[in-house]
Amino acid sequence: MTSVEVPLTTRKDWSSDQEVRWCPGCGDYNILAAIQMMMPDLGVRREKTVFVSGIGCASRFPYYMNTYGVHSIHGRAPSIATGLAATRPDLDVWVICGDGDALSIGGNHFIHALRRNIRLNILVFNNQIYGLTKGQYSPTSETGKVTKSTPFGSIDQPFNPISLAIGAEASFVARTHDMDRAHMQATFTQAHAHDGAAFVEVYQNCNVFNDGAFESITGKANRSSMLIPLVHGEPIRFGEDGERGVIQRTDGHLEIVEVSDVGEDAILRHNAHAEDPGLAFALSRLSRGVHDPTPIGVFRSVDRQEYGAQMTHQVDEATAARGKGDLAQLFRSATSWTVD
Amino acid sequence: MEGGPPVTEKLDRVVVRFAGDSGDGMQLTGDRFTTASALLGNDLATFPDYPAEIRAPAGTLGGVSAFQVHISDHDISTHGDSPNVLVAMNPAGLKASIDMMEHGTVVIVNIDSFDERSLAKAGYAQSPLTDGSLHDYDVYEVPMTSLTQEVCKEVGVKPRDAERSKNFFALGLVSWLFTRPIEGTLAWIDEKFKKNELVAEANRRAFRAGFDFGETAELFHVRYEVTPAPFKGGEYVNITGNTALAWGLIAAAERSGLSLFLGSYPITPASDILHELSKRKEFGVRTFQAEDEIAGIGSALGAAYGGALGVTTTSGPGLDLKAEMIGLAISLELPLIIVDVQRAGPSTGLPTKTEQSDLLQALYGRHGESPLPVVAASTPAQCFDAAIEAARIAVTYRTPVILLSDAYLANGSEPWLIPDVDDLPSFSPDFADGPNAVDPEGSPTFLPYLRDPITMARPWAPPGAIGLEHRIGGLEKAVDAGSVSYDGANHEAMSMVRKERIAHIATDIPATALDDPSGSAKVCVVGWGSTYGALNAGVERVRAAGGEAAHVHLMHLNPLPADLGEVLSAYDTVLVPELNLGQLVTVLRATYLIDAIPLSKVRGVPFKAAEIEAAILSAIGETR
Ligand SMILES: Cc1ncc(C[n+]2csc(CCOP(=O)(O)OP(=O)(O)O)c2C)c(N)n1
Ligand code: SF4
Ligand SMILES: [Mg+2]
Repeated sequence: MTSVEVPLTTRKDWSSDQEVRWCPGCGDYNILAAIQMMMPDLGVRREKTVFVSGIGCASRFPYYMNTYGVHSIHGRAPSIATGLAATRPDLDVWVICGDGDALSIGGNHFIHALRRNIRLNILVFNNQIYGLTKGQYSPTSETGKVTKSTPFGSIDQPFNPISLAIGAEASFVARTHDMDRAHMQATFTQAHAHDGAAFVEVYQNCNVFNDGAFESITGKANRSSMLIPLVHGEPIRFGEDGERGVIQRTDGHLEIVEVSDVGEDAILRHNAHAEDPGLAFALSRLSRGVHDPTPIGVFRSVDRQEYGAQMTHQVDEATAARGKGDLAQLFRSATSWTVD
Repeated sequence: MEGGPPVTEKLDRVVVRFAGDSGDGMQLTGDRFTTASALLGNDLATFPDYPAEIRAPAGTLGGVSAFQVHISDHDISTHGDSPNVLVAMNPAGLKASIDMMEHGTVVIVNIDSFDERSLAKAGYAQSPLTDGSLHDYDVYEVPMTSLTQEVCKEVGVKPRDAERSKNFFALGLVSWLFTRPIEGTLAWIDEKFKKNELVAEANRRAFRAGFDFGETAELFHVRYEVTPAPFKGGEYVNITGNTALAWGLIAAAERSGLSLFLGSYPITPASDILHELSKRKEFGVRTFQAEDEIAGIGSALGAAYGGALGVTTTSGPGLDLKAEMIGLAISLELPLIIVDVQRAGPSTGLPTKTEQSDLLQALYGRHGESPLPVVAASTPAQCFDAAIEAARIAVTYRTPVILLSDAYLANGSEPWLIPDVDDLPSFSPDFADGPNAVDPEGSPTFLPYLRDPITMARPWAPPGAIGLEHRIGGLEKAVDAGSVSYDGANHEAMSMVRKERIAHIATDIPATALDDPSGSAKVCVVGWGSTYGALNAGVERVRAAGGEAAHVHLMHLNPLPADLGEVLSAYDTVLVPELNLGQLVTVLRATYLIDAIPLSKVRGVPFKAAEIEAAILSAIGETR
């Protein structure tokens, strides 16, 4: 698709007339705005764009986009999107999930969509809580979290969604957050350009049931010291003046250091295209929670055969080899006999 | 036994059962005997009967794999109540089948396998061949294993491998016994085993040895002949229900101009539909083996949303998992076909055995008021038509449809008259291509739930059409507009629409097909699904003996034919035989306030014609 044929659009063209119904102050508003504003720049057409979601606050998203959209059932959006993308390679399919939606009830579909590498943009709005059902802990809530369903504190070990995705053979894995529109847009744009399943974890504030969950890293005052931007080909540095960085120790482990202690040349250069997922995985383990400096950006982006294209290829090959299917011939593919 | 050349006796029909260990190749043997008989022009019906385990402990009753085939010179509809000839490859095969046999019938055993160990494994304290328990049968002891090893000696296969050809010896012997020509089978062996010439040669030799044994051993004093049945002219293939169903789906896609997408998760006895469709990519068929049944139906629904003919195939446990997605499909009003090849439940139940116990689940097994059409196939070949009918309803009325088959239909086979492609039903998806309304400001707009006045179906508007962008979901939708609505009155209106639009399909299905030749029967037998053959045969038996009985066999279970209540209320007794504990009978009683009575069987096997006959006779007795 060349951008020449695509009509010029504005945010308004991509916004539906539905009244947005999230709680005032919800981080979902920022994500919606970022995407509505980004769409005109992607060079895509509205009628070729589909948002598929599950159930949860995050999953209301499709109603607000003036595109095609399906608000489906809890956890199953990746499966529905898979059937759509496999049969309609001409479409841009976005999958919007909550953390419970994608990683709890839909965990199975999530990992399998990633390993198959079907062309989907899977955005998981991670607020570390069940929003729509009014505040139970989620599979990303920290151990010890007190919620309505864990009055004595959660005893669950949480998922690290980035590690999970890398372990599930994902070819594109990224993280962004709802407080930085430009970073969201840059990350989503890269996800969209990826030919395969692209997963983006979006830290999202639920100001009603889990307010400030990410404040310690995404708050304006904390960002420079707590967010580690990953940029392909660049040294992994952060801090007000880039004074801190990440090195790989001789035992393979990653460690956060003062650049002045080790020298600039010792700082690890980010390679998102590395075939081996080892470093991307190690980066995903760098932070154990929102009190550690946390990498954001594209952890991993590698080329791998896209699922839908392979499916189409098999159909095309079979058709080329055997000719287009003919029912009369099919019916005679077993030994037939004739009665006069 | 007296000598001399055997005489050939003509039979109008015969039931042959091959029984042996799972590893003995009984399915292959039975299948080939069937094909040879089909090619000869017999009518036939088959019943493969195999265990759930791939290789249960060898020689045990649990490991018995059997294949029963009924061949005849006239129209038949069942695999036969009881075998006339049993070929038992081992003691377990004998033990598992002998109770089905009437006295005086033929039992051929592979005597080589009746050693002490094998007898013990089958649970025989003494050999039934010597203790007199088979006194009332016509028993032939044939050393199949040793004769097979003997003729395979020069081929160069190891004795253990040679032993594996003994089913071909059995096939050869039975082919001789029933005067089947051998050329076709020899050619088939060449083709089937062309990748392994040694095995092909061993099988050929064993097959010939079996045939020659019949000819020369002077053990058998009769051979049998079953002449061709008077078929309607045309070209036939022998087809299983699963293959017919898969072909029906392909035909439906071709005849509607839709591309076929199957999302499925393997499960017995439905997997062969996935296998068959996976082979047919030249029809543009896309098959997707999903991570579970939910993703199977989810992907099919996604494909349907995108404008494909979306299908998912499963069996009982998988249907449980699909319930929520079926509800979404009902809410989204998108075409979708859910094939449930029923097996005995609950839970894992008897995975390879047949049952009809998912009817109520198909009709009602979802939360909320969630009606959908249900179609059931009645014979293996009829699975083809049932699949096309399910697709026609799904596409025309924008609704998920449950298509019920079962283990008996799935694996059973019968001759199928190949239809002329141009005579197959065709139907159009009729995709939305432009606005269908004007908004208050007077501009054209698209209302995704504005209904066709005749079909009550909403537009099918896959992504891609400019100006038709719209959002749909599982939340309740406003009448016509399709936008989210939490209004109670609107919900009631939408619930009524969902109910009525499915009920309305009754105007587009055939009236009740009543089989009551005399018009004066007092008892009407009502069935659905795979019991067709047994019910038909049972009713015929009653009529042959001078009695009267009517038969109605339902293909549409929801909606039911519009005149069904009226038809049934004309009978004193409505007898409803089902392979469940009374599901259709419950529906008929509730729907028509008639005193229908159940006849239930849940033994994992089909009804026998004799059981139906007896039930009809007793019902007739009570109406006097
Ligand atoms: C099958 C099913 N189980 C449970 C629910 C109830 N439910 C709705 S949303 C939700 C969790 C929402 O959490 P999350 O996915 O994190 O989304 P959020 O609301 O936080 O955006 C649950 C449990 C449901 N709708 N369907
Ligand atoms: S509950 Fe939380 S996630 Fe849901 S809309 Fe309100 S603030 Fe947003
Ligand atoms: Mg959440």
